[in-house]
Amino acid sequence: MSSALIVARYALREAVRRRVILVVLFLTVCFLALYGLGCVVTFNEVESLAADDQIDDRVLAGSTLLGLSMFTILFLGAVLAVFLTLGAVRGDAERGLLQPLVVRPLGRTSLLLGRFAGAAAVCALYVVLVYAAAVLITGLAGEWWPDQGARAGLGLVLAVVVIAAMSLLGSIFLSSTANGIAVFMLFGAGLAAGLLGQIGDALAVETLQDVAKVSSWVLPFEALYQAGLHGLTADTSGITGVIVQLGPFGGAQKASGLLWVWTVAYLALIAAAARLAFARRDL
Amino acid sequence: MPAALRCESLEKRYGATVALGGVDLEVAPGELLGLLGPNGAGKSTLTKIACGLVRASGGQAQVEGAPTGSAEARSAIGYLAELFRLPDWLTADELLALHQELAGSEGGAAERGELLELVGLAEATNTKVAAMSKGMQQRLGIAQALVGSPRLLMLDEPTSALDPVGRRVVRDLLRDLRGRGIAVVLSSHLLSEVELVCDRVAILVSGRIVARGTPLELARPRGVEIETAGGVRTFPEAAREEVPRIVADLVAAGERVYSVRLLASTLEDAYLEAVGAA
Repeated sequence: MSSALIVARYALREAVRRRVILVVLFLTVCFLALYGLGCVVTFNEVESLAADDQIDDRVLAGSTLLGLSMFTILFLGAVLAVFLTLGAVRGDAERGLLQPLVVRPLGRTSLLLGRFAGAAAVCALYVVLVYAAAVLITGLAGEWWPDQGARAGLGLVLAVVVIAAMSLLGSIFLSSTANGIAVFMLFGAGLAAGLLGQIGDALAVETLQDVAKVSSWVLPFEALYQAGLHGLTADTSGITGVIVQLGPFGGAQKASGLLWVWTVAYLALIAAAARLAFARRDL
Repeated sequence: MPAALRCESLEKRYGATVALGGVDLEVAPGELLGLLGPNGAGKSTLTKIACGLVRASGGQAQVEGAPTGSAEARSAIGYLAELFRLPDWLTADELLALHQELAGSEGGAAERGELLELVGLAEATNTKVAAMSKGMQQRLGIAQALVGSPRLLMLDEPTSALDPVGRRVVRDLLRDLRGRGIAVVLSSHLLSEVELVCDRVAILVSGRIVARGTPLELARPRGVEIETAGGVRTFPEAAREEVPRIVADLVAAGERVYSVRLLASTLEDAYLEAVGAA
């Protein structure tokens, strides 16, 4: 375990010192600035509109804006997760970075574990901070706070951690570029499947619902994201509650306890597959 | 005491391609073995199997009696790859500190300082890898391989990016390591380097060892060269024992003899002969 911690520290240091983090931070600052502006303008507009007694405009605007920000955070978190892990094995081996580390007595499993822990820690911290900033901005601008903010944040964090694990597994088989493309394609496929599921629910099309169901098991980051979205307005009732359940982006879905258990099992399965594949890989 | 490295009928196949076709090799503790061969001969594969980076398809290899790839074997090895790259966001000192942690070395700053001194990088302690020349990085790579005092050092083309002074530093370093009882397997295309420092040489062609021995054993007599008043005369078939008779014949024939030189093939000649015959 101590070997894995050494590698995790190394991965953290690498993440901090590489330019990708600066790019992500720059994009994040831009996003938060624009998001803040968007919130102020939107809530001012909402206040000036004639309010419908049956719909809480503030809840509708706040949850929609924060839901949209969660999609952006998921995307930025996914970018970070992929860039931190896409070349962790084959890419680093092709560049000659990996071999001196693998020759050391730490063992391949510790190396993988350390790389995952480092990437997951950076991504999780990033998502938590940006999500917290978005919640704060929304709250200060419109005096609206999510119903289950911590639960929503947890869904988002786990979604990004799952993407990091998928990318690390892919890095054992694919070159850096191919792995990056593959993970982003899976990311897009997962989101598209989620969207199809929402359409299937709205139109009662069983095939679309089945596609969404299967994809949420195979690619659980989408289900986690939807569970996170659901947490924003989980306790909102009445017509407002009905309306926000349909949105805000890609649809919110209440997750059963099984999703959290499956996420842990999914990560364990990825870890086992990665361990097996890496142990058999010639470097 | 077990051999630093022992390979028995070692094989490695990549599909239909045979990278190693049954290699038997033994490196004694403190021995400096030169591994020669053309590109694709299997030198890097052999080195990587010894380091546990590549799995053998057949036969076996052991480091100090432990199977290659095991934690015991890896803890005895230091390695510098042919196509290596060091993390360019680290300084020389940070890189060595990382490897100290991974190797479980308790040498601390003293070991790091000594290693950097040994490879001539004492002034570059806080220099980032990104700011180093390729030659400096190669020397730092050797220092990294020496972290934790390995008993077997596997060096794959360690002087390819070095200038003559850098090569001299590495040559002296290798002699120093031999003095400390560290076995070294030096894979190289620079035959003159290998001839200068190695105790033994193994020539690998198409995954098989086609010649082995000391550089002197591999070098063959190529006759006698005698300088006379009439010019330099060569006797390509003559052996050392025949020199007095040849000189006596020349003197009897009225020649004035100024010098006699025994001719022997270089390691390069032996190498080209072995590669050509294979």
